[in-house]
Amino acid sequence: MVTNSSGATVAVTDARGRLSSWVNNHRQVARESLASVLEAWVTSLMTWLVIGIALALPIILYLMLDNVAEISGDWDGKPRISLYLKEQVSESDARRFAKELQATDEIESAIFISPEDALLEFQAMSGFGDVLNTLDENPLPAVIEIKSAGDDVSQLRLQAVSLNDNELVDSVTFDLEWIERLFALLKFGERLVMAMSFVLGLGVLLIIGNTIRLAIENRRSEIEIVKLVGGTDSFVRRPFLYLGLWYGLGGSVIAWILVQGSLLFLSGPVEILAQSYRDDFALSGLGFVESLIVIATGSLLGVLGGLVAVSRHLNQIEPE
Amino acid sequence: MIRFDEVSKRYPGGKEALSRVSFELEAGEMAFLTGHSGAGKSTLMKLIIVMERPSQGQVFLQGTNLNKISSKQIPAIRRSVGVVFQNHQLLFDRTVFDNVALPLTIAGYKYRDVGRRVRAALSKVGLSDKEKQYPVTLSGGEQQRVGIARAVVNKPSVLLADEPTGNLDPELSKEIMDLFHQFNQVGVTVMIATHDLGLVARMNRKELQLDHGHLVLAGSGSK
Repeated sequence: MVTNSSGATVAVTDARGRLSSWVNNHRQVARESLASVLEAWVTSLMTWLVIGIALALPIILYLMLDNVAEISGDWDGKPRISLYLKEQVSESDARRFAKELQATDEIESAIFISPEDALLEFQAMSGFGDVLNTLDENPLPAVIEIKSAGDDVSQLRLQAVSLNDNELVDSVTFDLEWIERLFALLKFGERLVMAMSFVLGLGVLLIIGNTIRLAIENRRSEIEIVKLVGGTDSFVRRPFLYLGLWYGLGGSVIAWILVQGSLLFLSGPVEILAQSYRDDFALSGLGFVESLIVIATGSLLGVLGGLVAVSRHLNQIEPE
Repeated sequence: MIRFDEVSKRYPGGKEALSRVSFELEAGEMAFLTGHSGAGKSTLMKLIIVMERPSQGQVFLQGTNLNKISSKQIPAIRRSVGVVFQNHQLLFDRTVFDNVALPLTIAGYKYRDVGRRVRAALSKVGLSDKEKQYPVTLSGGEQQRVGIARAVVNKPSVLLADEPTGNLDPELSKEIMDLFHQFNQVGVTVMIATHDLGLVARMNRKELQLDHGHLVLAGSGSK
């Protein structure tokens, strides 16, 4: 205790005491703001849902892209050439041809697929099984699937051209084009996700900002009184920043549920589709760390939204 | 402690609430601010806690020129001055305890200290048993006393009171005035705006009388 010049005693708070009371104040404010959010739970739930949807959309898109990239990633850089054989080629000739090709250095593997096998594969994959049954004859040709040993694009084109010249071969396609197109699509998808995330993130910020602006308006007289008694800006701001945190946190939990739920819903058909390319493909959702990142990002957006609201509206409230 | 130097306050619309008011209140003094309603008493007090800024002149509080402080420094100024408002300005969704504790919470006092000081302030105004109640359950006079407790809880060196006995019966008024007298005795500078001229006469202190914004009397009582 210190006695100032006028004789009145003035208490001095030490640094440690101030820190512990600051922590206590944060705890109390956090608790009270959470209580107010839970009390108006219907409104809060709607806000959480909107935020959850806004956050879930880019995440789902991102995950789909991720999974698609993974499927195509199995192509291990070694592109495939498909040789479509002429109709009149006998199966034994075709199989011999495939063996010859396999033996060459430039080719890693050459697999013969008969028209019957091709039809079965096509039926299983595409779901057009019933349609195909109405056809009188099998429209599919025999194919030799070649996996090239190198991944040099120009080499591959030369290879494809020379193979096309072979008398047994009707036409050649190589998957590099397909892959190039896929990668271009993926890049586009990435950009789309980024743009979407940015716009939706902004949207979340504004939604939370608006909700908190309303909260500030509702507590106008309380804010005036606290300022009158000498409350600092950070003291006045605190409850509203915590409000933002709770809204962001709840929204991101809803987003997590929506994402995992959607992936679960999609996983069935997608895995069937993907397993035609890969044996062991399983749709990957949000792992533990990724889930934490989602929650943290949502909470951060919430606090930022709160900051936007308080910086724009708190200054306008002054006691009179 | 408080010094007004040729202070004028003009509101947009031309109304001049204060005209060239100059006075000085020294540390440890007690003074009454009197005058008819609309004379400028509330405006004068608002200038001391920087709720308004003067159109002309300078206001000094504890040596600080209030014209020169930034808006970031205003909360600290307000915390150093205890103010009892005319309409008590309490938080109605908080208990009496929380209301009185507000200045301490803002200033960062430890929880235990807060409890001690709040209870001390409440007992001084005779409301110890109302600690856990909400202001809406209290009478006007009791609400006023909560306001007084809040104003003194962090032992400020300056105390301003705007019509503190307005809602109180004579017996309670006297008790409250005794309180202010006690605060003054330990060195707090006290300024009370009041209509109650009888009170002023009884207490025999310095009087600052305002008339339409002009300081017409700066008489010191015999104390």
